[in-house]
Amino acid sequence: MPAVTDFRFSLRKWLAGVLSPLDGPLALIVLAILSFSTVVMVSASPDRLDTLAMNIGVAFVVMWTAARIPPQRMMSVALPLYVLGVLLLIGVALFGDVSKGARRWLNIGVARIQPSELMKIAMPLMLAWYFQSREGMLRVRDFFVAAALLLVPVGLIAKQPDLGTAILVAAAGFYVLFFAGLTWRLILPVALVGIVGVGAIVAMGDTICQPDVVWPGLRDYQKHRVCTLLDPTSDPLGKGFHIIQSTIAIGSGGVLGKGWGKGTQTHLDFLPERHTDFIFAVLTEEFGLAGALLLAVLYILLIFRGLFIAAGAPTLFSRLLAGALTLIFFTYAFVNMGMVSGILPVVGVPLPFVSYGGTALVTLCLGVGMLMSIQRHRRRVGT
Amino acid sequence: MARFRNRLAVAGVVAVVCFVLLAARFFYLQVLRYDYYSTRAEDNRISLVPVVPNRGLILDRNGTVLARNYSAYTLEITPSKVADLDATIEALSKLVDIQPKDRRRLKKLMDESKSFESLPIRNRLSDEEVARFIAQRYRFPGVELKARLFRDYPMGNLGAHLVGYIGRINDRDLERIEENDDSANYRGTDHMGKAGLEKSYERELHGTTGFEEVEVDSGGRAVRGLRRTNATPGNNLILTVDLKLQEVVEKAFGNRRGALVAIEPGTGGILALVSVPTFDPNLFVDGIGAQDWDELNNSPDHPLVNRALNGAYPPGSTFKPFLALAALMSGKRTPGQAIADPGFYDFGGHHFRDDKPGGHGMVDMYRSIVQSCDTYYYRLANDMGIDLIASIMGQFGFGSRTGIDIEGESTGVLPSPEWKRKRFKRPEQQKWFGGETISIGIGQGYNAYTPLQLAHATATLAAGGVMYKPHLVKYIESAKDGSRRAIESEPIKTIPIKPEHLETIRRAMVGVNKEGTGARAFAGAPYLAAGKTGTAQVFSLKGGKYSAKINERLRDHALFIAFAPADKPTIALAVLVENGGFGAQSAAPIARAVMDYYLLGKLPAGMAAEDPAAEGSTGDAGGD
Repeated sequence: MPAVTDFRFSLRKWLAGVLSPLDGPLALIVLAILSFSTVVMVSASPDRLDTLAMNIGVAFVVMWTAARIPPQRMMSVALPLYVLGVLLLIGVALFGDVSKGARRWLNIGVARIQPSELMKIAMPLMLAWYFQSREGMLRVRDFFVAAALLLVPVGLIAKQPDLGTAILVAAAGFYVLFFAGLTWRLILPVALVGIVGVGAIVAMGDTICQPDVVWPGLRDYQKHRVCTLLDPTSDPLGKGFHIIQSTIAIGSGGVLGKGWGKGTQTHLDFLPERHTDFIFAVLTEEFGLAGALLLAVLYILLIFRGLFIAAGAPTLFSRLLAGALTLIFFTYAFVNMGMVSGILPVVGVPLPFVSYGGTALVTLCLGVGMLMSIQRHRRRVGT
Repeated sequence: MARFRNRLAVAGVVAVVCFVLLAARFFYLQVLRYDYYSTRAEDNRISLVPVVPNRGLILDRNGTVLARNYSAYTLEITPSKVADLDATIEALSKLVDIQPKDRRRLKKLMDESKSFESLPIRNRLSDEEVARFIAQRYRFPGVELKARLFRDYPMGNLGAHLVGYIGRINDRDLERIEENDDSANYRGTDHMGKAGLEKSYERELHGTTGFEEVEVDSGGRAVRGLRRTNATPGNNLILTVDLKLQEVVEKAFGNRRGALVAIEPGTGGILALVSVPTFDPNLFVDGIGAQDWDELNNSPDHPLVNRALNGAYPPGSTFKPFLALAALMSGKRTPGQAIADPGFYDFGGHHFRDDKPGGHGMVDMYRSIVQSCDTYYYRLANDMGIDLIASIMGQFGFGSRTGIDIEGESTGVLPSPEWKRKRFKRPEQQKWFGGETISIGIGQGYNAYTPLQLAHATATLAAGGVMYKPHLVKYIESAKDGSRRAIESEPIKTIPIKPEHLETIRRAMVGVNKEGTGARAFAGAPYLAAGKTGTAQVFSLKGGKYSAKINERLRDHALFIAFAPADKPTIALAVLVENGGFGAQSAAPIARAVMDYYLLGKLPAGMAAEDPAAEGSTGDAGGD
């Protein structure tokens, strides 16, 4: 009766059981990105490694837990979560704490929470649930209802004001609509108007950025961000400083980078927020074009795996959710790298799985966990 | 389902296109514009930090140090970085000794400078204080400990007027630095010469600022040094001044006010330049405290005024040898031509009295100088006329700057009708009266010269009419290689004087010290000294008799000029004792002490035999 062997055998079995909810490829990709992030963080902000490890631990547990929740269960919490989220956003608008000129936090006694973060997940859940509930009898009218469900929280978040999160939440909702079959006749003209509009702003940057020109619907700081993007040198020591310095960091990295821990922009404090929103500049300064492409490839793999999972998802709800979540990762990555390299305005979007910050990491891992759950439960819910 | 997969494909394509767009941007930044951005990054991190040169030393002709540098810690506050200044200083005073005067000085400096400048609250911290502060440094943001070179004047009061002092650079100095295009060289320098040699030789003493390339962070803090161009230290000044002689003079004045200038006739080198009372230049280096300033500035003795250069006094009878020489040169008198002195001279209804009631009897040129006969010169002045007097006396440098190497000397007044026209505005004041010429003859009236001019003229006379530019600096020594550059002591001009005329004046001036007004002061001197006493009226007694009861400040100034040895002079001097009464009484003995020391090495009775000045020359000066 070899008890020890028994125990060892059971340990291995236990481990296999523990890892079983996870999707192998997704887990490996996320692990690779997190490792890269840790390497960069050792250089950018070594004193935060403890908290980073803790954040990763918590995020892993969240991912693992989410992966074990079957999609049906997620569907059942979609509506309550959405309602809760909107109520909290209204609460923020009425009683929120003001910090740095924005009302984003709600003090619920135990802790301060940022309900807009919740909406990043609650929004696609809600809309996916909505379209699932209309499956088979979908009409144009339903898109209008969905748009309304989308615009209420987005409006509340934009009002805080938090343009970055508003864009992400709006994008999350839009992706559900897109995958649900929103007609091209609507998408293409809007996309066209958008492209022409951005082109016009870039072309007329000089005139519309005059101090006395008021931009309808946008706050002063938002106008300022766009204008500094158009011409960072107009405010080299203020808002433009971030863009100028991060562009210098990226450009001076060259093909292979200055080497790990040798980024002068990083280590001489020229890079703002180098461990959070601008960590991509650290990465590219020290690892060059090679590092940037490596990260981009990892993201592409992540996105393709997500799209693959969506393609194989059994229900409309899980298809829409998987597709939307995947494109949210894409949006995070694209907007962040775009703003750090100076082609998009600075809107406070973290680089997924790389930027330091517990909340964002947990949210992202929750999304990954949900994708894994969809992948794992695809056969059991055969339709 | 197929439609959904379509859309997934579209999404995939859009994602890839977007990432290709990003990759293109990276390629543009990191490959195409790599050179540009790596240069920008390099510019970013490298900053030029000035390396402040050590200021040159000032030494006397025997190597005694008058100004040096030493390194010490100073505690500095940047007011703009400190939230509550008073509380911070209060907390600091628990660690280091901060006196009320330190606080007052800081307040004064704050008024004079910008709030982001770092200003000293305490200088010369002890090692113990440094250690205490370092241990608690984290509590004091905006307070820094800096190792700095301090200027030190080891001789203190001695020679303060000639050495001058340095002080913190103020806005006016900055303007001047900019005008001279010296801004780069003054980066990092916060002190410069404000008075005396420190000011006039600023260019030599300051040196050339070096630069260190350091890597800095975005806050401008240096992280590490990369390359360094060393500073070239300022040059040392080696003076013609004999500090021991200077000390003899300052001691000899005691509590009296006055000035003395001693010049080497053959070179123009100044041996001593004294203005008493004096002050401690060390007080000025880091901003003088309000109390010290008030004491110095408001004192009735005006210790800050350099009397030797800026005090203008009537020369009194010391003017007579020069006027006699002018008479010989212009042919208005011969040495033997004598007058009968009744004790007064009447001109235009005015009665000009002689010092000696009843007169000196028959007076020739020799006796006029030896006995200082006024009547002789009343008449002589009248005979010569003001224009001739002004033109010949002007040749001896009276009424014009001597060109000494300290800035700011006064011109004095050489009276003439022309001068009067310029000086006064109303027509009735502009007219020259004949009676005014008479007073000029005895060195009174509008006559007013600096002790330096008087010494300069005496030295020119001693050198037989050869005039040298007076200067305090003998050599400028390069701190780098020790090479010395001598200051020009070529004659600037030669006044054409016939040797026999010169001999007449010299003989008479020797007579003054042998049998005349200077005889008592020079009794028993083993060398032959030529001299002339003088007494300059401060206040007209209106015919009354001189009395010791007169307010001290209204008493006459005592003057004496001298050179020795008379046949081959190596020293010429002028001394003035403010309100000293008769020149023979108070000024001549000072001249005697100077001659005795300079020619015989004899120290006056009151001065210690061992050499107190030697402690300054022990060589611990931190010049390099």
